[in-house]
Amino acid sequence: MKIFVCVKYVPDTAAYVSIVDGNGFDDSVKHVVNPYDEFAIEEAIQIKERTDGEIIVVTLGKAHATAAIRFALAMGADRGIHIKVDEILVDTMTTVEALKIAIEQAGAADLVLMGKQSVDSEGMQTPYYLGEALGLHVATDVIDLVLEKDQAIVQSDLGNNEIAEIELDLPCVIGATKGLNEPRSPKLPNIIKAKKKPIEEIALEDLVPSKPVNRTSLISFEYAPERSQAILFEGDTAVVVEQLVEVFKEKALI
Amino acid sequence: MSRIGVVIEIRDNEIKDSNFGIITAACGDDTHDVCALIFDNSAEDHKETLEKYGVKTIIEITSDQVALNMLPDLKAIALVDAMNEFDFKTLIGLSSPTGRDLLTRTAARLNVPSVLDCIGVDFTDHTVMKSHFSGKTIAKFKLASEYFICGIRPNTHEAIERPLKAEAQIVSYSPIVHDKKGIRVRKIVKSSSKSVDLSEASTIISGGRAIKSAENFKILNECASVLGAAVGASRAAVDSGYAPHSMQVGQTGKTVSPKLYIACGISGAIQHFAGMKTSKFIVAINKDKDAQVFEKCDYGVIGDLFEVVPALTEALKTMKNEA
Repeated sequence: MKIFVCVKYVPDTAAYVSIVDGNGFDDSVKHVVNPYDEFAIEEAIQIKERTDGEIIVVTLGKAHATAAIRFALAMGADRGIHIKVDEILVDTMTTVEALKIAIEQAGAADLVLMGKQSVDSEGMQTPYYLGEALGLHVATDVIDLVLEKDQAIVQSDLGNNEIAEIELDLPCVIGATKGLNEPRSPKLPNIIKAKKKPIEEIALEDLVPSKPVNRTSLISFEYAPERSQAILFEGDTAVVVEQLVEVFKEKALI
Repeated sequence: MSRIGVVIEIRDNEIKDSNFGIITAACGDDTHDVCALIFDNSAEDHKETLEKYGVKTIIEITSDQVALNMLPDLKAIALVDAMNEFDFKTLIGLSSPTGRDLLTRTAARLNVPSVLDCIGVDFTDHTVMKSHFSGKTIAKFKLASEYFICGIRPNTHEAIERPLKAEAQIVSYSPIVHDKKGIRVRKIVKSSSKSVDLSEASTIISGGRAIKSAENFKILNECASVLGAAVGASRAAVDSGYAPHSMQVGQTGKTVSPKLYIACGISGAIQHFAGMKTSKFIVAINKDKDAQVFEKCDYGVIGDLFEVVPALTEALKTMKNEA
């Protein structure tokens, strides 16, 4: 089985993000593999452990994003493709075009896995657009994946305590979310081994020759409004509860 | 007057409340022709409700041949056909799992850009505001297309009634679709009978690590039933096995935007705030006065949740009985 896993190197959620010039950000902060993508990598490895095959990790990112591929290789993927860009803020449709070409050049996919969303741009759309581009069916919010001969049977979390059981023809694109598995931490010997695994580097321009036109363009960034100093209640429980209920009434919250 | 299609989500034969806010957003300054899109034959049942919020046309999109709601790709194709038939290029819906799925499949099918989880939309210049970097920043995006397709985060737009003089028109549309069976929903299983949906609840009470056990969630459940609230959990509570992942609020869990969010025994990690930062009022109950959560909430109670929450439940009950 040839499994492609698309990963993204994102600023650590705990890192402070500083806005630069109103429409960029300082990307020198600590980066990590997008947490949702870890579920996709782990799932690929578990499938390989059961059925054998090859796992190819694909990322689109600046030079430092190689670290995301190395992480996936240390978890157990076989090789990587790094689509190199100078500018990180590339829109979904351009990213998808590049991923599609990279995947098709590397051979026919039996399965494409990725996180259901990234934690930086929070787009939640790449699986769908990539599926459409590759001509494959897509299921996302996937918390369980069973592969049968020609089909994948997935459980997709619909929220509000509902789960959809979906069958889709293979090959397909899967958007992974928490609940699918418990991603392993790379072990030291595997981290060392991963350094020798091949990573192919391709410039975005070589994959998508015509100058990419961002169809979704970023106009501006601003800091999300922070709350001003909280009003704190402390002391006798009966009194604080009464104060709290007054606030609820006053603000028409109950 | 430009026409805006609004995908309406119906559950248990009722329109989900969170739809009304996005209808209000679509109505804007009353210059838009707001068209409600319903994927079954229930338009007549919902006509009065939708009219109240300013919907001028209701389009029922159904198929005689297949169950569209169980065929995600065909449903999107049917929606694309309806957009052509009724000539609208602006499409909005809830950024719920179901809404996101339909909107993005539709946009991908049309090969046009789209944005999900928007907290603000401008139908004139095709821009949206959305959370970026796990809620730390808000980004403004422009979609360069004649199409404008976006999913809106539930509860971010207040619903305003604006009754029309004229009655809403009901139109039925049955596109010809061919079932290729490439993808099919076999069944939808309700994992529990919880009545209030976390993602779209207007009040949420959540427990963190300090709740100490799964059994102790009953303290929150009792308070929630008086408040009509949904119950959530922090990642720490989920990872400790006190609550199922379906209840997790925050990164790798659900994003919520209620009017009132009560965080009980939650330390206030940035990953948790990523999922509830846009709540209108955040109340924290924590016995640690130095807890991070107190720096980011509107009201804080420094006290033991095991004392404060039951007392709050009782006080709310008394108030209800008096009313």
